[in-house]
Amino acid sequence: MILVLIEHDRGSLAPASLEALTAARTFGDAVEALTIGDTADGLAADLEAYGVTVVHQAHDDVLGDYGPEAWGEVVAQAVRALSPAVVLATGTDRGNEVLAQAAARLDLPFAANAIELRGSADADTLDMTRVRWGGSLLEDASLTAPTKLVTVAHHAVDAAPADTPGAATPSLLAVEIDPSLARTVVSGRVEREAGVTLATAPVVVGGGRGVGSADGFAPLQELADELGGVVGCSRAVTNNGWRNHTDQVGQTGTRIAPDVYFACGISGAIQHWVGAMASKHIIAINTDQQANMVTKAGHAVIGDLHEVVPAITAEIRRRKSA
Amino acid sequence: MRICVCVKRVPAPGSKINITADGQQVDTTNLGFTTSPHEECAVEAAAQLVEEHGGEATVLTLGPAEAEEQLRYAISVGMHRGVLLATADGEWDPQRTARALTTAITELEAVDGPFDLILFGNESADAGGFQVGIRVAHALGRPMVNGAKGLSVADGAASVEREADAGRETYSLPLPAVVGVKEGVNLPRYPTMRGRLASKKAEVASNQPSADAGGLAEQVLKSPPERTSQTIVLGTGPDAAPAVVDVLEELGVLS
Ligand SMILES: Cc1cc2nc3c(=O)[nH]c(=O)nc-3n(C[C@H](O)[C@H](O)[C@H](O)COP(=O)(O)OP(=O)(O)OC[C@H]3O[C@@H](n4cnc5c(N)ncnc54)[C@H](O)[C@@H]3O)c2cc1C
Ligand SMILES: Nc1ncnc2c1ncn2[C@@H]1O[C@H](COP(=O)(O)O)[C@@H](O)[C@H]1O
Repeated sequence: MILVLIEHDRGSLAPASLEALTAARTFGDAVEALTIGDTADGLAADLEAYGVTVVHQAHDDVLGDYGPEAWGEVVAQAVRALSPAVVLATGTDRGNEVLAQAAARLDLPFAANAIELRGSADADTLDMTRVRWGGSLLEDASLTAPTKLVTVAHHAVDAAPADTPGAATPSLLAVEIDPSLARTVVSGRVEREAGVTLATAPVVVGGGRGVGSADGFAPLQELADELGGVVGCSRAVTNNGWRNHTDQVGQTGTRIAPDVYFACGISGAIQHWVGAMASKHIIAINTDQQANMVTKAGHAVIGDLHEVVPAITAEIRRRKSA
Repeated sequence: MRICVCVKRVPAPGSKINITADGQQVDTTNLGFTTSPHEECAVEAAAQLVEEHGGEATVLTLGPAEAEEQLRYAISVGMHRGVLLATADGEWDPQRTARALTTAITELEAVDGPFDLILFGNESADAGGFQVGIRVAHALGRPMVNGAKGLSVADGAASVEREADAGRETYSLPLPAVVGVKEGVNLPRYPTMRGRLASKKAEVASNQPSADAGGLAEQVLKSPPERTSQTIVLGTGPDAAPAVVDVLEELGVLS
């Protein structure tokens, strides 16, 4: 049996979870789901379409909101009670955190961010390919354990319903949660303001060290505004204090996927590239024709961004008013 | 307050990561080394907390003898002493690493008293295991939250903020606690001349760790398929602007 951790926020399903459910079916074994907290009981109906046969539901006073230790403890108790061959979650912040917590409690190995799983679930060892360096490198790895704890890298699998729906029969999982684990339950939140974010913007105008200063970003901001987009940047920029880290694209910043990414004065280091490579079109502006960003882009302008960017904005304005 | 920060030495590759012929390691010929970015921020967080609350900070790493370089760098930006767990047999799996770090921390605490806070990176830059800090915290029986984008300490508790789909979440962890931080929590400082001198003189202890291997084994490294592109050069300098805007019109982003 494959047990899939369903991620949700106070009862609203994290769509990313459906990726792990889809991956779980490739084993050909029964797929069962685990939901944590009674706010998630209503999710059982959503899981039918994904081929889930049984939904194990864990209830406890400590499980009213997300808490990594309490959630990890529930997964550990589910593993002891149900002996699944494999436990899957999607490799989100929470997915990775909860399975690591469960692994620590069970003293079992855990593999984060697999993109391919090979072999039968019941074998002693599960072979896989997993992500290293935020996706710049891959690793073939083997996980040897009675229950294999694995997350599937977010976006590695497209969520798809099963050919035949499952019954998704609810089943109460008896758990005993030490009340002290409330110490890591969310204690407050500030809801996000509406508006385009770096991760969702249709156009990103990115600047690198070539921009030269914080003030140098004003023309990039103008171009972004003209196109309904946002400004992004490289780590060289954040390290210099020219832009806030919330603007950083890359391995340790944000993954972007805009229709168009302008990469201005960015060399295209591998750690930047992994954050930008999902862009549909890349236009690089660089003084160096050999820069990695230029050779990887679909389109490029060779020249000084301080001249090229304002010229593009002016041309857009000219055409808009024509 | 007493703080311990766990950092890892990793290569700093440029435009591409090359792999050795046997597929076992990153080819580090001509590469420099660095500390994972999240952990650089953990070091900065420790330096700021000690400036604010007093006390001292220890930086701990498990890795090759050369990792002393990363310990001394951390000392140059505010850590007080370094501890190296020197290994000679390549990278250790996450369970083994966590066991060795737990033993080392327990020994340090037996001599000088408990750490109020132990800081990790959210994930290591190279292995990306997302677990070593969580395992150490559990072994020590301490609360742990990963992914901190905000961290402060007051009244015996660590206040942690992190990003979630719905917005910012806060957590309040009673000390002693363990926190994994993400880049962006602060802006790491550069070493001063005084810091550099201090780091040369500072004490760096070196021990040989031993711990049982865990169940996750690396077989071989490989490069992901490369995106190759026939780059169309639209022109040189500002004269290329009309050609760029033509492309934008074709793509339908000029509405
Ligand atoms: C573990 C790890 C994680 C990392 N994570 C990230 C990450 O998340 N995001 C990230 O961005 N980096 C990351 N980095 C850093 C990365 O390796 C590079 O150092 C960084 O991306 C370089 O930024 P840059 O391209 O702006 O600067 P540079 O590499 O210095 O490139 C500047 C470019 O600007 C061009 N240029 C200069 N002047 C002009 C001009 N006037 N007009 C046009 N072009 C000009 C130059 O030709 C050059 O191509 C990480 C590094 C490590 C080790
Ligand atoms: N060899 C090591 N030495 C010291 N700290 C480590 C080591 N490996 C991992 N860590 C710490 O554990 C965190 C998580 O690592 P990982 O589980 O590999 O993603 C890192 O950000 C470091 O803070």
